[in-house]
Amino acid sequence: MNREKQEAVFLIFRGSQGKGEYCEYRIEVVDGMVVLDAILDIQARYTQDLGVRCNCSAGKCGSCTVEINGMPKLMCKTRINDMPANQPIKVGPLKAFPGIKDLVTDVSWNYEVNKKIASFAPDEKTDWRMHQFDVDRVQEFRKCIECFSCQDICHVIRTHDKKDKYFGPRFFVRLAGLAMHPLDKAPRMQFIKDSAGIGLCNVTHCCTDVCPEKIKITDNAIIPLKERLADLFYDPLLIVIRKIFKRR
Amino acid sequence: MSGYEVFNFDVLVIGSGGAGLRAAIAAKESGAKTAIVCKSLFGKAHTIMAEGGIAASLAHVDAGDSWQAHFKDTLFGGKYVNDWRMVMIHAKESPEAVRELERWGAIFDRTQDGRILQRAFGGHTYPRLCHVGDRTGLEMIRTLQDRTVALDIDLFTECMITRMLVQDGVIVGAFGFCKDTGKAVVFMAKTVILATGGIGRIWRITSNSWDGTADGQALAYEAGAELKDMEFVQFHPTGMVWPPGVKGLLVTEAVRGEGGILKNKLGERFMKKYDPKSMDLSTRDVIARAINKEVKEGRGTEHGGVFLDISHKPAAYIKSKLPSMYQQFMEFADIDITKQPMEVGPTCHYAMGGVKVHPETQESTVRGMFAAGEVAAGLHGGNRLGGNSLSDLLVFGKRAGYAAAEYAARVKKFESFDKEKLNMYQDELIAPFNGARNENPALLHADLQELMEAHVGIIRNGDKLKEASQMLTALKNRYARAGAIGDTRYNFGWHLCLSLKFMLTVAQITTLAAFERKESRSSHTREDFPDSDPEWSKKSIIIRKNNEAPELSIELLPAMPQDIRKLVGDDLR
Repeated sequence: MNREKQEAVFLIFRGSQGKGEYCEYRIEVVDGMVVLDAILDIQARYTQDLGVRCNCSAGKCGSCTVEINGMPKLMCKTRINDMPANQPIKVGPLKAFPGIKDLVTDVSWNYEVNKKIASFAPDEKTDWRMHQFDVDRVQEFRKCIECFSCQDICHVIRTHDKKDKYFGPRFFVRLAGLAMHPLDKAPRMQFIKDSAGIGLCNVTHCCTDVCPEKIKITDNAIIPLKERLADLFYDPLLIVIRKIFKRR
Repeated sequence: MSGYEVFNFDVLVIGSGGAGLRAAIAAKESGAKTAIVCKSLFGKAHTIMAEGGIAASLAHVDAGDSWQAHFKDTLFGGKYVNDWRMVMIHAKESPEAVRELERWGAIFDRTQDGRILQRAFGGHTYPRLCHVGDRTGLEMIRTLQDRTVALDIDLFTECMITRMLVQDGVIVGAFGFCKDTGKAVVFMAKTVILATGGIGRIWRITSNSWDGTADGQALAYEAGAELKDMEFVQFHPTGMVWPPGVKGLLVTEAVRGEGGILKNKLGERFMKKYDPKSMDLSTRDVIARAINKEVKEGRGTEHGGVFLDISHKPAAYIKSKLPSMYQQFMEFADIDITKQPMEVGPTCHYAMGGVKVHPETQESTVRGMFAAGEVAAGLHGGNRLGGNSLSDLLVFGKRAGYAAAEYAARVKKFESFDKEKLNMYQDELIAPFNGARNENPALLHADLQELMEAHVGIIRNGDKLKEASQMLTALKNRYARAGAIGDTRYNFGWHLCLSLKFMLTVAQITTLAAFERKESRSSHTREDFPDSDPEWSKKSIIIRKNNEAPELSIELLPAMPQDIRKLVGDDLR
């Protein structure tokens, strides 16, 4: 492996409330370094007021999500030697959320959305026995570290800014985790259809592609929820039966 | 920047990790007007990095387990300088704490018959750790987070506390600022619960997240509280040693719990020299010292560690039981742990010492101030067993929350606080922006970490500790010149300046306590006093602030009643 020190060029967004410019910084990098190491090094050496959000440095907390060469990524998990050589590495804030300063964005909308979701409501008479095969799927969803990469890349939020009608992939994952919990008894499907706006998702798999936890967001969370909704609300035979018996 | 917003609460919880959230839930459920203030975004606390599991004697995997066995293991692990009453409460109440999480939506790995699965871990006689693969902490935080949201508890995220408000020796609130604007904020509160976690960022090689900057320990000390057992700092035996950016990042003990074995460069299972009975599942202090010795004597790996190998287990099994470890090594180090051994070495992991608290209520020695979780002392003695931290957070977070709410119901509301003092705290907050201050906080921090690594690390001696004290004084002088540039909005350098004050204070206290304990016991190893001294097994070191300087005293540990003593057996000296 190449251990020699090399120079890398970074273009880092500096500015606030979305106004600013990309500034160039050059530093020495060694093999194995990640973008966060470089950013913190630049900060320590040249510009200590650089606004960065980071915490665990280990890909577990999901704080340091930024756009690296235009794609949402965790800085702490993006290796510099995986980036195209001899090209500057462009690091900017998430595009789908309002900028606070430099690389830090205001992601509070996500926490507001989260509040709308009814919490887990277990079957009162349960003996709490669940088999591993019953919970495998839900455990996949609970791996989510809330880095909001999926929210940033989803074009319904990023391009069309439908934040008032649509919860985004992160919260479809959360809702799927609740709806597929073997013991959850809360009615959720109407909410997923109307309030969460899952219908706006047109399954382009962008969210799945950027998930650092490799959760199959589209295939395992969103599509099964859409299928359940189709069964419940759009099954022609059921519509006829409901009409006849005047039941919803 | 001028002026500040004022908020009023019954119970103010500082920290949003497991202890903070559990405390806030308990306080809110008791009817107290409760708020949580934390430095990070919601759900990012260091607890999410906890991997292996929650220790609780549910006895699902081995029916032989009991609270008594857990009690005995915890005391043995802590080398008997634990607060026995806390150990007992913890052992008795942790099973219910785990079941409570399940009722709130946590999904643990399952046994064949559909119950919560438990795994073996170092120092635990029975398989005792309830877990979710190797991301148990994340599951715990998400569950508590959901519960916090359901209870509509007030949240102040990305807000750092720099001072406790003390009036006539009683806590009446806290002072800090919000990171996004840099504006000062005052919380008037009848009680404050410290749940700020650890101190790992004082050392260079650490598994702690960026928030582990000793805030709570320092805030408590400045407020006049007693700190206890500060010399006991756990170096986890297995942190990553390469690549440089993740040096120190934790490699969960679950690797060894699931059958991983330690080997030196020569391929020897060196643990048979150090603890032939427990081998790779010996306690953390023993293994950390063993690895340290192997490396020092030239039997270490290329990057200065030893090998940890689990590749003899089926690949599918490794990926299902240790998914984060598989990913971590694949992504950071290009190592496939199903085929290759990992390289690991000791990393600063946990502070057993901290704020001295009442074993049942978690109240500190300052009225109105409570502490729970890593910031509090007593449960773990000289060395913490793996898995006992997550259960600690739940058991004592809950107790602190209830006790604080009860206390708040008894005291009158504090309307205001000394304006002059608040002005002083505000000046102190923005002091780093004084242009004459040109010391770079990042370099100062690096020097502090280097010093602590070299002088107050795994192996200590009196001369080096003395030298460390002098060097810390020099660093404190440099700190007076530490400055920030730019404005107050989300300014990392400024935040570091403010955290450095906490870290320097606690570094000094830790060094002082380490010098005083002239013996070797569990995590505290002195070259100049290599043996354990039975006299020290009865004593704790207490440090509190007196005339602007730390004052040290010795306190006798509470004696264990005869019938409880019998549980421990002959090990107790």
